[in-house]
Amino acid sequence: MIGEFLQWFTDPVHWTGQDGIPNRLLEHLGYSVLALVIAAAIGIALGLYVGHTGKGTFMVAGFANALRALPSLGLLFLVTLVLLDALPNTLGQFLPALLVLVILAVPPILTSTYAGVQNVDPAARDAAYGMGMTGREVLVKVEAPCALPLVFSGLRSAMLQIVSTATLAAWVGLGGLGRLLQDGQSVQDYPQMLAGAVLVALLALVMEALLAGVQRFSVPRGLTGRGARRARATTASEVTKPTFSTEPEDEPVAAR
Amino acid sequence: MIEFDAVTKRYPDGTVAVDSVDLHVPSGKITVLVGPSGCGKTTSLRMINRMVEPTGGRILIDGTDTNTSDPATLRRGIGYVIQHAGLFPHRTVVDNVATVPILLGWRRKKARQRAMELLELVGLPPELSDRYPSQLSGGQQQRVGVARALGADPPIMLMDEPFSAVDPVVRESLQDEFLRLQQDLGKTIVFVTHDIDEAIKLGDQVAVFQAGGHLAQVATPPDLLADPADDFVAGFVGKDRGYRALSFTPADGLPLEKEPTVEVGADAEVARRTSVEGWVLVLDDARRPQGWLDVSRLTGEDEVTPTVLHRGGTVASATGSLRGALDAALSSPTGRGVIVDDIGALLGTVRPAQVLVQIENAAAEAEARH
Ligand SMILES: Nc1ncnc2c1ncn2[C@@H]1O[C@H](COP(=O)(O)OP(=O)(O)O)[C@@H](O)[C@H]1O
Ligand SMILES: [Mg+2]
Repeated sequence: MIGEFLQWFTDPVHWTGQDGIPNRLLEHLGYSVLALVIAAAIGIALGLYVGHTGKGTFMVAGFANALRALPSLGLLFLVTLVLLDALPNTLGQFLPALLVLVILAVPPILTSTYAGVQNVDPAARDAAYGMGMTGREVLVKVEAPCALPLVFSGLRSAMLQIVSTATLAAWVGLGGLGRLLQDGQSVQDYPQMLAGAVLVALLALVMEALLAGVQRFSVPRGLTGRGARRARATTASEVTKPTFSTEPEDEPVAAR
Repeated sequence: MIEFDAVTKRYPDGTVAVDSVDLHVPSGKITVLVGPSGCGKTTSLRMINRMVEPTGGRILIDGTDTNTSDPATLRRGIGYVIQHAGLFPHRTVVDNVATVPILLGWRRKKARQRAMELLELVGLPPELSDRYPSQLSGGQQQRVGVARALGADPPIMLMDEPFSAVDPVVRESLQDEFLRLQQDLGKTIVFVTHDIDEAIKLGDQVAVFQAGGHLAQVATPPDLLADPADDFVAGFVGKDRGYRALSFTPADGLPLEKEPTVEVGADAEVARRTSVEGWVLVLDDARRPQGWLDVSRLTGEDEVTPTVLHRGGTVASATGSLRGALDAALSSPTGRGVIVDDIGALLGTVRPAQVLVQIENAAAEAEARH
């Protein structure tokens, strides 16, 4: 099996043309990235709005969780059936697939962005208003940056879901790595199916690493614990109260 | 100058947090709002910068009703310090402090420069400036909070229990530095605390709040200790107020006795010969008292080492109060209280009886002035 798989995988025939691995990979990547970008725009914007204003928290609690429970394949066929008549052919295939991916990806991004804003230290928020920031400034300068670590965790789980679900696009004629599975299944070519599965997993891993890298560079060090791990040696405060007894040093507080 | 004119706050749930308070907060002075938990101190403070809107009455700053100005603009001109500092975790110390200048449109470079000056002002070493708040101790965070509030050099500072969350020793040094800072800056400060000792130590004027948001008494600390308005204030101010009132009577004029001393490292035999009633006071090379030495414990050693010293006694400054002098006398193992000058060098010693005479003299003088 492994041997056949490697043979299939290394066969130059499978690396060219429309059915070739590079093309399928690109299609898959294309749908995934597009869906992630759209879902991120919707999820982050809504999450920030709900977190900042406290309006519409029901969206996060009920709606988002309900969406998560939807069966993706069923949803895909349903949406395709509805839209296929209404739209020209390629668009009628493409939009439903994209829509399904976006619908699946919004909830994790929305809920974690919302949680990120909710988790902002109330004292920091209070101080921000108290020093004269407007609501918008508090959102942009304090709440959003402080929510970043959780926003990224939402993006990463959404991305994993998108990359694996994008496999379904093949079933409505859109290609992607799902084609390897579908074609393989129809002719019982198991090495090809295995190649498809492995490629989907690899793609997910690469995307995950990529997002982790972006996160590393864009989340301020003060929020990551990497900053906090640096030496905490505190300079003894210059206490000059006259007394015989020696002063205990100012102890660092545990990170709150 | 800030004026509360019959200010009331009733929260939507019906709680009356502040009940028709009239209060005059003089410019350039520290006014402390003190009282048990839940008596409306924070609410009163936050109504000044409109973090909470009054439901009755008016608050005037320099004669202008605060509700005529835009809240954000109003707040940018008022420093605000809170209990847990509320530093921005994603920003370095220097960027935290530069926040308000940048909000006001300063260029980043100039704002950072200003922030570095402020860090120095509050006693933080410049190498902390690029740390993040999570890398600081509680006391250091609080200093950054104060520096941040001073960002745009606001004439008014609102401080809500800024030193309550740090341990007592750090709190005391923060208080001392705060007073020193205020001497230079002369801000109009409204300071909230539940700690009557802190109120008495820091306040030029103390406003005592009572449950239900009533203002029970406004007075200077010595007047508050000497003449509480009612049973509530008397109880809140506490039992040993006679002793604590001594904090406001200067110690100058105490008759000091010359104390025989030896330096750390002196010959044990010399220490034995110098001692009076079995004890000798040990100084360092700058004549700062290090502790008392019970010469009978000098067995085996042939010189005076810091480890054998008795360190229990307190040291009072000659420019301090009679409270400090009395405590030094009472806490000394020899009954001789150690008095030092401003830089901590020994001036002499004083016995409890001599302090008491001084206390009586001061009381008589105060009586004569009335
Ligand atoms: N947002 C609020 N809604 C309802 N009640 C409040 C609110 N904030 C404070 N209170 C109540 O108002 C009273 C005074 O609170 P506060 O000003 O915080 O007191 P203090 O600072 O003296 O402890 C308390 O009884 C408190 O429970
Ligand atoms: Mg309070």
